[in-house]
Amino acid sequence: MKDAAGRPVIAVTGAGIVTSLGEGKQDNWSGLTAGRSGIHAITRFPTEGLRTTIGGTIDFVDVEPFCCASFTTEIASRAATEAVGQSAIRPVGDFPGPLFVAMPPIEIEWPLRERLLAMAGKDDEADYSDLLEVASKAQSIDYENSLYGSVAERLASTFGTKGSPISLTTACASGATAIQLGVEAIRRGETDAALAVAADGSMYPETMIRFSLLSALSTQNDEPEKAARPFSKNRDGFVMAEGAAALVLESYEHAKARGADILGVIRGCGEKADSFHRTRSNPDGKAIIGALQAALDDAGCAPDEIDYINAHGTGTPENDKMENFALGEVLGERARTVPISSNKSMIGHTLTAAGAIEAVASLLTLEHQRIPPTINYDVPDPAIELDVVPFTARDAEVSTVLSNSFGFGGQNACLVFSGEPA
Amino acid sequence: MTNDVWITGIGLTSSLGEGRDAHWQALNAGTGPVLDRQCISPYAFHPMAELDLSLQIPKRGDQRQMEPWQRYGVYTAGLALDDANVKDDPDLLSRMDMIVAAGGGERDIAVDNQIMSELLKSNDRAKLLIERLSNELRPTLFLAQLPNLVAGNISIVHGVTGSSRTFMGEEAAGHDAVRTAHARVAAGQSRICLVGGAFNAAREDMLLLFEMVSGNWLGEADSVWARDTGNGGVRLGSMGAFLVLEAADHARARGARPVARLEAVVADRGPREAGSVGRSLSALWSRIGGGIEADTLGVVSGATGIAGQTAEELGFLETLSGAPIRAAGTHLGHGLEAQFPASLAIAALCISHGKVFPAADASVETNERVDVERALVTSVGHWRGEGLALVARAET
Repeated sequence: MKDAAGRPVIAVTGAGIVTSLGEGKQDNWSGLTAGRSGIHAITRFPTEGLRTTIGGTIDFVDVEPFCCASFTTEIASRAATEAVGQSAIRPVGDFPGPLFVAMPPIEIEWPLRERLLAMAGKDDEADYSDLLEVASKAQSIDYENSLYGSVAERLASTFGTKGSPISLTTACASGATAIQLGVEAIRRGETDAALAVAADGSMYPETMIRFSLLSALSTQNDEPEKAARPFSKNRDGFVMAEGAAALVLESYEHAKARGADILGVIRGCGEKADSFHRTRSNPDGKAIIGALQAALDDAGCAPDEIDYINAHGTGTPENDKMENFALGEVLGERARTVPISSNKSMIGHTLTAAGAIEAVASLLTLEHQRIPPTINYDVPDPAIELDVVPFTARDAEVSTVLSNSFGFGGQNACLVFSGEPA
Repeated sequence: MTNDVWITGIGLTSSLGEGRDAHWQALNAGTGPVLDRQCISPYAFHPMAELDLSLQIPKRGDQRQMEPWQRYGVYTAGLALDDANVKDDPDLLSRMDMIVAAGGGERDIAVDNQIMSELLKSNDRAKLLIERLSNELRPTLFLAQLPNLVAGNISIVHGVTGSSRTFMGEEAAGHDAVRTAHARVAAGQSRICLVGGAFNAAREDMLLLFEMVSGNWLGEADSVWARDTGNGGVRLGSMGAFLVLEAADHARARGARPVARLEAVVADRGPREAGSVGRSLSALWSRIGGGIEADTLGVVSGATGIAGQTAEELGFLETLSGAPIRAAGTHLGHGLEAQFPASLAIAALCISHGKVFPAADASVETNERVDVERALVTSVGHWRGEGLALVARAET
């Protein structure tokens, strides 16, 4: 089956998700539709002195020693296991296509620096030359965990994906970009299937401090579950969170030929970069508008076909204002009536994973014909004229979903999902 | 649909200078690598040539928002856009796609050193770390560390906004960035795409990474083929390398001339064991090398100088019927994500001049073939990932 542009239709035949609400689609969907928050006081590491001490850490997963690469790999692997298992495309370990992994930056972290310091045996002054002197005694796992390529390499080995795995970032749009890359590879005819994974396990003190220094994080530490307040007048920043999601993408023909269950189709993907500022959108909204329009164009979808919008909705003053504005520009009057909600009100902002997590939520919305709410909408922002589905889930006929992702650094990506074609 | 993919612009910066001509002259002068042996002794690295940043990044405010690796990237991307003659076409730039291969940015070494000393004396390290990082980190340093902010700054400074993607994963990021850009242009998913990367070698934290596997070369040999004591190793090199890839019909329509044609890009990965690098390169070559006349082929290798893998690569290259072999790393050093784009840029220079540059290591780089019509670019990641590309003369 081809789309209107003569390209293969892209089906999703497997989906997996891990967030602070739980592991798997079932737990996450029941949490999301119950309006349950996964945000809580952080206990994994001491937080004394941090401006923000809450987040959506996934406390039921542990890795030892904890570091971004190994935790990201672990949650990514769990999400991908669910997705590949559901698709039943092949036994886990022999995935018949390439891997695209959205992931956070990897670096040498303080615990490793401290282990090297201990090896150096210094007791008062130390600098990098001391670390360099003992570094060759480090364990190979410490070295691998300091490489960007280690996450995708391990996932490629575990799932038996084919070819060179791609590790990518477009900041907070990364999850959507991973899906887009998979869609493009299938459309080029390079493969019948692709595994798109997005995971973010980058919550540790230094990363939280970095976001705090940019004044991006909510500081509502006293009531963690109420801190993420997308579209509210008293929103004060996003809440950092861990999460992972995975999607098995497949040409519709390939999926049908093997009798696979189809969770939905990806009708289109659009992107557009901003050239205005490193952390802020151009007030003219041109790049966000461009990404929205490009996704609709790529999907061959009229604005009034959109039945539900899964918002980027971070809860920062800037994002929600711009998302509201751009939707008005692209959807016109319909922007005021089409339901929109932000999963981030419950699971926080999973950064590089968000686009894929919200893609899974979008597919679940299509499956269950039920829209998860935006919680914490106690004080609506009068400047935002959107139907944000406050507090409680809403049953609705949903055939087509628009999912938005906008990133620091001006990278924006939007996806359009529909149910299985009749 | 399969479009011919032309390289219509090259930006290259390194210890050898900036731009196509400066690099071609330096490679032909045979004067040996430019090394800094003092700054982070005993480690030698290839320092970036002095750049007048204001030529490509006119606003001081923009320069201040970046750390050196980002400045190298944005500067070099500007050179590529100039070379492709698109710099003054905002409409084209707003449609241009972009894929950047990037690692992470510099740390503030002075802050790290200060905190390390204080940690040694502290009895509540977790608390101290939070306190010191909160007070000492510059807010903008984060943005200078984010991989996607090379692309973000290219959008801001040069106006490339059609799309913006950043690939990570050390050398493999370079393979996949070029491979994906090529595939998209060939398939008509993109008409014109800026692709490349940048690396700053003057970084103790990067030396630390390689030191964890004893991967820094401390010996005398410049040639990557001659680092045969211990594990061999890399000499890191500061570099920026960007290519403008363009569908041939798109280039013709705007009167642009090709430097060369990017014929094929392939990459793979897998666990490393004895013989695996050689097998992987041979398998990749079998996918793109069919029907290629060996007597007009040259090789630009991105070999790291790490002993085992470099020997295996050489073993593969020696099956190519005497094609002349040259190593980019001997001259530029090793630049991780930027290595493959830089090697490709050098290969394109060879094609545009119809020959390879003089040998730097007579034991391996012997053959002085004059008429080179096609260049094979190799890259073997220091940990994982193998990539090959073929650059050929463009038929205009």
